[in-house]
Amino acid sequence: MEHIRTTKVEQVKLLDRFSTSNKSLTGTLYLTATHLLFIDSHQKETWILHHHIALVEKLALTTSGCPLVIQCKNFRTVHFIVPRERDCHDIYNSLLQLSKQAKYEDLYAFSYNPKQNDSERLRGWQLVDLAEEYKRMGVPNSNWQLSDANRDYKICETYPRELYVPRIASKPIIVGSSKFRSKGRFPVLSYYHQNKEAAICRCSQPLSGFSARCLEDEHLLQAISKANPANRYMYVMDTRPRHRMQSWWATQKDIGRIILNAMANRAAGKGYENEDNYSNIRFQFVGIENIHVMRSSLQKLLEVNGTKGLSVSDFYSGLENAGWLRHIKAVMDAAIFLAKAIMVENASVLVHCSDGWDRTSQVCSLGSLLLDPYYRTIRGFMVLIEKDWISFGHKYSERCGHLDGDPKEVSPVFTQFLECVWHLTEQFPQAFEFNEAFLLQIHEHIHSCQFGNFIGNCQKEREELKLKEKTYSLWPFLLDDQEKYVNPLYSSTSQKPAVLEPNTVAFHFKFWRNMYHQFDRTLHPRQSVFNIIMNMNEQNKQLQKDVKDLES
Amino acid sequence: MEFSELIRTGQAQAELLRGPEMPPLRGTLCVTGHHLLLSPGPQATPDLWLLLLRSVDSIEKRVAGDAGTITLRCKDLRVLQLDIEGVEATLDIARSIEALSSLESVITSFPFFYRPKGLRLGEAWHFHPPERYYKRIARETWSSPLPVPQTRAWRLSEANEDFSLCPSYPRAVIVPRAVDDDALARSARFRQGGRFPVLSYYHAPRGTVLLRSSQPLTGRQKLRCAEDEELLRAVLAEARPGARGFIVDTRSAQAAKQARMTGGGTEAKAAYPGWKRLHRPLEREGACILVHGAEGTDSTLLVTSLAQLILDPLSRTMAGFQELIEREWIQAGHPFQLRCAHSAFSHTRPKHEAPIFLLFLDCVWQLGRQFPLSLEFGEGMLLALFDHSYASPFGTFLCNSEKERCLCEVRTRTHSLWSGLNQPKEQRKLRNPLYVPNPLAIWPSVEPQSLRLWQGLFLRWTHPPEPSEVAWEKVWQIATDQKTEGSQPTDSASEPQP
Repeated sequence: MEHIRTTKVEQVKLLDRFSTSNKSLTGTLYLTATHLLFIDSHQKETWILHHHIALVEKLALTTSGCPLVIQCKNFRTVHFIVPRERDCHDIYNSLLQLSKQAKYEDLYAFSYNPKQNDSERLRGWQLVDLAEEYKRMGVPNSNWQLSDANRDYKICETYPRELYVPRIASKPIIVGSSKFRSKGRFPVLSYYHQNKEAAICRCSQPLSGFSARCLEDEHLLQAISKANPANRYMYVMDTRPRHRMQSWWATQKDIGRIILNAMANRAAGKGYENEDNYSNIRFQFVGIENIHVMRSSLQKLLEVNGTKGLSVSDFYSGLENAGWLRHIKAVMDAAIFLAKAIMVENASVLVHCSDGWDRTSQVCSLGSLLLDPYYRTIRGFMVLIEKDWISFGHKYSERCGHLDGDPKEVSPVFTQFLECVWHLTEQFPQAFEFNEAFLLQIHEHIHSCQFGNFIGNCQKEREELKLKEKTYSLWPFLLDDQEKYVNPLYSSTSQKPAVLEPNTVAFHFKFWRNMYHQFDRTLHPRQSVFNIIMNMNEQNKQLQKDVKDLES
Repeated sequence: MEFSELIRTGQAQAELLRGPEMPPLRGTLCVTGHHLLLSPGPQATPDLWLLLLRSVDSIEKRVAGDAGTITLRCKDLRVLQLDIEGVEATLDIARSIEALSSLESVITSFPFFYRPKGLRLGEAWHFHPPERYYKRIARETWSSPLPVPQTRAWRLSEANEDFSLCPSYPRAVIVPRAVDDDALARSARFRQGGRFPVLSYYHAPRGTVLLRSSQPLTGRQKLRCAEDEELLRAVLAEARPGARGFIVDTRSAQAAKQARMTGGGTEAKAAYPGWKRLHRPLEREGACILVHGAEGTDSTLLVTSLAQLILDPLSRTMAGFQELIEREWIQAGHPFQLRCAHSAFSHTRPKHEAPIFLLFLDCVWQLGRQFPLSLEFGEGMLLALFDHSYASPFGTFLCNSEKERCLCEVRTRTHSLWSGLNQPKEQRKLRNPLYVPNPLAIWPSVEPQSLRLWQGLFLRWTHPPEPSEVAWEKVWQIATDQKTEGSQPTDSASEPQP
């Protein structure tokens, strides 16, 4: 590799950022094409993937050597002391180059080789099948159908090829609506609730500057509300905070009024005039902040929790100032609103933010997770991520900063989603088939670029990169290690109310230590309840088997 | 009985609201000498609702029309609301509760009348903590790998037999063998409240000790006491050769200096060679440590008892923990009656009240969270101790010292909490199903990221416990499955186990 000048440095010290005794480990640092590796004198290995490196800093020279601090996207922070400044400088420069790739083809996934043949690789990619998933939800049916409008990505580049829309929405309506919506992201089905016959739909914001109204878009919204026989009212949920939307709000109201009028006319023609029918669209703002606010909030959070020896009150005031948990609560509140609209009012809901790939993905996926126990299984959770995040064009490569690009596009939107799910697992310890380690492992791999799933920003781009031919899918590898990720307390039968109704009183929102300090071993409980319960469970099973064997 | 004078009314119809997740109870409300009862009505279901009046922290009454409302805030942080028919009845009941919940006499308190089925008086009072602990040390010093001289370094002194040296110490204490009872008496006079340095914990693996006392009465004149100095010198002389000592003052340096103005103070460096004074917590093995604050009955006990939980695996067992509390809190003279007279909701200005014991329980809970397998007791045990320290049918937490308990004959006339808690039916609530004995010291992390709000206590009554309780039940099931199957695989799973 042309970027690597020094491949091995001896007598390097690794400091623990929270150790009270300032103990350090001495060992050898190796630089490979993909990883930075530290082997200490006890032969313990610390591997750091270049793609995980968010920031490398060379601090001022000290008497013991040259400090090199590396901050990673998986919240690992390592502090090396390299004896000679020249070595430190070489490593520093190499890491600067290696951690920021210019081309997709240089990402780890394109060279990662887990020794599988092509058919195994293909089977891996087929593990999550979204067509199957829509079938499981109960579509197509008499009200919803598969649309081929976007088969060649002609209408919307960032949507998948296969989209489900109301059966009565014709192609011209879809095309017309897509022209009225930002990036062509017109309203489509995200989740269909079979019992309630209600739908979660998603889109981007209307282009208010373009035209005050768009008849096709109005028709499409009407079609969505008509596709729900149980309730003709529907919610339009704008996930953005109201104060940022004041001007935009006016135009939205207009649309509402226009549709209202149309409905009123029709209703009059049919001969009944129930006033309630007039308001068949209700607007709801839920106040999730934008990607820039979230990025700086996480930055503040990391500053607070990276400080050693903080007093309890400084820690809590820092946590509060970062605002992170407030944002987590906002996402959760939105998902709860969505789930309630469907469960209590039988109403369909259309969710959007600006472009419909960040906050919309958060709310749609979390809402579906509250509604449908399937998404709380290991396989179902993979499907959920594939559907609401990957296929609908959450811009993983930009949000995770896979390539050397615009730092303003980086934002922890998906991390927030995982954190919301973690909060749910804390409140409902038996409702999830997977455990915390599963969430952490997925978080690890959205940044690792080791597997193809999260590379690129939309399906079209992924196809162009030929990811399914050149890289591997993460999911089969997680399934192979399933026993690591199983929640021993999971009970699919105890989910009497299949819908989760989380409590969002402020004290339920806790700092996720095992995420933000996952590599700071000194801060953790020294013993794991999960491991021991899992072992007990295993032993119980073994004993039961023995008993059976003895009996027969 | 004199209670009857305080009870203004026999009974009234009332509705009781217990919180957002509990259905209201309706029935006949009745005040007795020690309890508030609500019986669901003439169809008399067995579930009679009962509240110990002693656990009421504050009471508020309101009347409107011909009904009234009483809000009871309890010492266990529960809030109850009673809607009562009749203005007079409301006022009478409120007055009765007010009078009866603040009675100060110990010997008319409920533990002196509580006679539960299945328990015998005098049971589990057999703990004689200092004596038992001395036997353990004697055993450990004999089997210690360390050189011989220190094996006979300690003795059980009964110099405080009649509580004349120190009214807040038990009759027997453990002191260096080299120091005689007269010297102890003189050292006692030099320490606040007579609390001369005594052994709190013997760390067998290192042969080092943890001592506790109160502050020395050096005062402005910087007084000294030869016997007190001799006592500490003897401690070091008997420990490992060359051992050093640390004096941990739980106060800030500033506070300790100020204490001198009121006759208290700290040990002068020159007078106690080999001992180093510190005003912040310090963990160090291989040294002897003396802990004191001002009076030596609060933060001192907090530090010594927590140190033992960290270092001593035996104190992390169910029996060991009970013994630790009996020895290091109850016998060591933590003034429970004063400290726990009121809790968070009281309107009266606190005089001697302070949640020191609760602070200890919270620390233990944090320790249990960081080492979920190392404590034999679970959160339920800590909650029970919290509840009983503030209001209890048992006598264990009554009075402020062993001397007072002897005067009130607590041991012979009330039941011990330990006998109540050690009944088999209580175990599932109190024990930690995941316990695995751990012979090592358990050093907790004290970074703020590692500390959590104790929801199980502070949000016990506001927060529906359901999902976590069901999960806990499942953990128990998995753990007990393992134990029963591991020992005796049976041929029929449907057969109930004895």
